[in-house]
Amino acid sequence: MRRSTLSRAVATAVVSVISLCYLLPLAWMIGTSLKPQEDVSTTGLSLLPEHPARIGQYAYENYYAGRPTFVDDAGIERAGYEGVLTSENVHFVVFLRNTVIILVLSVVGMTLSSAVCAYGFSKIRWRGRNVLFLVAVATMMIPFPAVMIPTYFIFKHLGWIGTFRPLWVPAWFGNAFNIFLLRQFFLQIPDDLCEAARLDGMSHWAIFWRIIVPLSKPALLLVALFHSIFVWNDFIGPLIYLNHQDQFTLALGLQCYQAQHGGTPWNLLMAACTLVTGPILLLFILTQRTLIDGIATTGLKG
Amino acid sequence: MIRRTRHAGGTTWTGLAWISPWLIGFTCFTLVPVGLSAYLSFCQFNALRPPVFTGTENLRTLLHDPLFAKVLWNTAIYALVALPLGTVLALFYAILLNMRLPGQVLWRAMIFLPTLVPLVAVAMVWQWMFNGRFGLINQALAHLGIDGPNWLSDPNWTMASMVVLSMWAVGHAMVVYLAGLQEVPRALYEAAELDGATATQRLMMVTLPMISPTIFYNVIVGIIVSWQIFVVPYVMIPGGGPGRNAYFYTMYLYDTAFVNHRFGYACLLSWVQLVIILALTALAARVSRTWVHYRGAER
Repeated sequence: MRRSTLSRAVATAVVSVISLCYLLPLAWMIGTSLKPQEDVSTTGLSLLPEHPARIGQYAYENYYAGRPTFVDDAGIERAGYEGVLTSENVHFVVFLRNTVIILVLSVVGMTLSSAVCAYGFSKIRWRGRNVLFLVAVATMMIPFPAVMIPTYFIFKHLGWIGTFRPLWVPAWFGNAFNIFLLRQFFLQIPDDLCEAARLDGMSHWAIFWRIIVPLSKPALLLVALFHSIFVWNDFIGPLIYLNHQDQFTLALGLQCYQAQHGGTPWNLLMAACTLVTGPILLLFILTQRTLIDGIATTGLKG
Repeated sequence: MIRRTRHAGGTTWTGLAWISPWLIGFTCFTLVPVGLSAYLSFCQFNALRPPVFTGTENLRTLLHDPLFAKVLWNTAIYALVALPLGTVLALFYAILLNMRLPGQVLWRAMIFLPTLVPLVAVAMVWQWMFNGRFGLINQALAHLGIDGPNWLSDPNWTMASMVVLSMWAVGHAMVVYLAGLQEVPRALYEAAELDGATATQRLMMVTLPMISPTIFYNVIVGIIVSWQIFVVPYVMIPGGGPGRNAYFYTMYLYDTAFVNHRFGYACLLSWVQLVIILALTALAARVSRTWVHYRGAER
């Protein structure tokens, strides 16, 4: 008994150290974003600026207002910089707006169409259903690079390059992974329920909206969550389909902060990274259980 | 029986109608592109010039393309190192967490969190972490008296940097393993303990066989993902860094198509990648028969 207590204590210590290491890069990202430029290379391993009391002012300068010319410790006057949110060259707010537009259009389409397809794959009996479902699952493996070039030319042919359409229209045709996830959930809803409704003369459409959707809210939420994270983080799609900075999403626009100056102002770059990562972290904190359980079950059933 | 005949007639069309979004999307965004890509592999074209059929010319170019050999090698090495290492690490974390330690949910969340960070931000944060002079890693190493390398500008270290970074993203696999471990019946461990099995024996003879289907699933996903690595090296080490030692397959594919506008050749590259991924998956499935145990198999 005593030995097991000891080994559990050791294991807890090991796990907590490992976990902290995993969090460290994010802590350093936030820490750097709260330092003035002259502190970035001089504060060593410290997560805090040299004058921690001024952290509020630094945050205000880095994230928002920027900094007028200033005098550094050696008494030399240095050029100031623009804050992330108010920079004249890089429009964070525009990136945010673009991302939100694509996100909303894409997530609504993905959730709705995947649910409709999952209904067809689970609650209606028809010949060929299982074969087609197997095809759907098998093709989940096809990587995006394999279809990237022809898809680009299809969208080019339609005149959609340089618009948001390639980034949200495909979502309205569902996605095998999400269909798979929802189908597994719908299969747990007793068929008797739907069949009784059929006998009462309800149409499939009515059953879908009045029985299946209300009973599947957690699964639908999970699909919406997965897809929101995907769209928010998607880089390669916007990289290929968008060609003007005014259309960029946050993930793509982040690069502009890197390219803007010769030497990278790490504090500003980290402030921009924090702003892009923050909403995802917040979403995770709010939906932790749903998300982790969702990943666990989809992983086990696959 | 009667019910089945009544269903068979009209409902096929109803069923197809319900799955039509996927059917149309699959046709337009997967089936047609993959087929088109197969044909375009034998053509040469760019944004202005329509495709001209050039037969096997692309194929001959491919066989003598040193850069193709380079990215193939780099990607294979990356997958061969990062995937086994990541699997062992994720399993290790999952087994530790499965001991029902205090704070388990918190630790799990902390290790999982990095997998949600947008890849562009991951690339930038780690560019800063790996910075030769002021980066957290080298400053920490300096405290230990070690002179850290210039991770991202030393050709000997760029690949290692990518592997290290991939270890930061094992949280996803860990969550799946942990769920798998929690499904292993306690009774099996108790039985093993009564038979005098040591901790190592319990791990090798109960835990690993019982979660082997989960390991298999994660290995398949890992193969597919690691062969597609793109965003992080693209942002972090443009062009694959010195000596192109961190230049990966999808980066070459992207550059060939969208930078050099050699779309026909890029189509061939994408097909080769697809075949490699499918072949490796098939190989993994074949090998899996010897080590994956499905609990339902005897049913």
